[in-house]
Amino acid sequence: MTISTIKELLDAEVLCSEDSLSRHVYSACGCDLMSDVLAYVKDQGVLLTGLVNPQVIRTALMMDILAIVFVRSKMPTEEMLELANENGIAILSTDKRLYEACGILYSNGLVGNKVKS
Amino acid sequence: MSEPLVFRFDVDGDDFTSAGQASVQVKKNLRQLGLLPEIIRRVSIAMYEGEINMVIHAGGGKAEVQVDNECVTIILEDKGPGIKNIEQAMQEGFSTAPDAIRSLGFGAGMGLPNMKRYSDEMNISSVVGEGTKIVMKVFIR
Ligand SMILES: Nc1ncnc2c1ncn2[C@@H]1O[C@H](COP(=O)(O)OP(=O)(O)O)[C@@H](O)[C@H]1O
Ligand SMILES: [Mg+2]
Repeated sequence: MTISTIKELLDAEVLCSEDSLSRHVYSACGCDLMSDVLAYVKDQGVLLTGLVNPQVIRTALMMDILAIVFVRSKMPTEEMLELANENGIAILSTDKRLYEACGILYSNGLVGNKVKS
Repeated sequence: MSEPLVFRFDVDGDDFTSAGQASVQVKKNLRQLGLLPEIIRRVSIAMYEGEINMVIHAGGGKAEVQVDNECVTIILEDKGPGIKNIEQAMQEGFSTAPDAIRSLGFGAGMGLPNMKRYSDEMNISSVVGEGTKIVMKVFIR
């Protein structure tokens, strides 16, 4: 699924890295716990979260995550956007809740990622 | 590369907002060196969890990353309270982090297990009341 499809399905606003909208993501994770993201997520995925702080961006960067969707209309700071932009991570914001946003992507074919042991 | 490349960082313990900055810089440096993405990812995650731990549990510390032909070595050293029971601390889910840290997305007791999972070798030496030193290696080949 492309990031641009995610934007449409979630009726989201793109806050940075517009030029990466055509990139494909292969897995997704809906999570407010960054350590779980660091433990289980595969690369080239999208992270959906209701948590907004600089560590969310840094976590995504460490994991080679391509896009972050902030749910419930949460807005990142300029500093967070700058770091994401520098690294080509797309930032989206949607007014949907985490459960709903994940459900929409899942039912449109973007499945989660298998837990690696 | 005969001499190992060395990157050094002071990790500020007063400000959670900046926690992880050294790891971001290391990721950038390793990309410039052209290491495999998979290696870079493993180093970054292991260091990032360790850096966050120094901030939330030890009031900051020092980080050093060495790169040679064989491996990337991450050395994290702090003068924090030390770890009383290392075996217990290594268990998934064990955490002494306060709730305030949990609401920031950390403190789930997954840090040390993650560091172990993503590194090829990990060695913890810790003295209660003196501090903690963690050395992790990720082999390049
Ligand atoms: N650098 C450190 N100094 C002192 N204690 C630490 C340090 N790193 C980890 N610990 C202890 O080990 C526990 C487990 O660490 P970790 O697995 O990273 O979980 P978390 O950070 O989520 O609590 C921590 O809760 C803390 O008690
Ligand atoms: Mg931790």
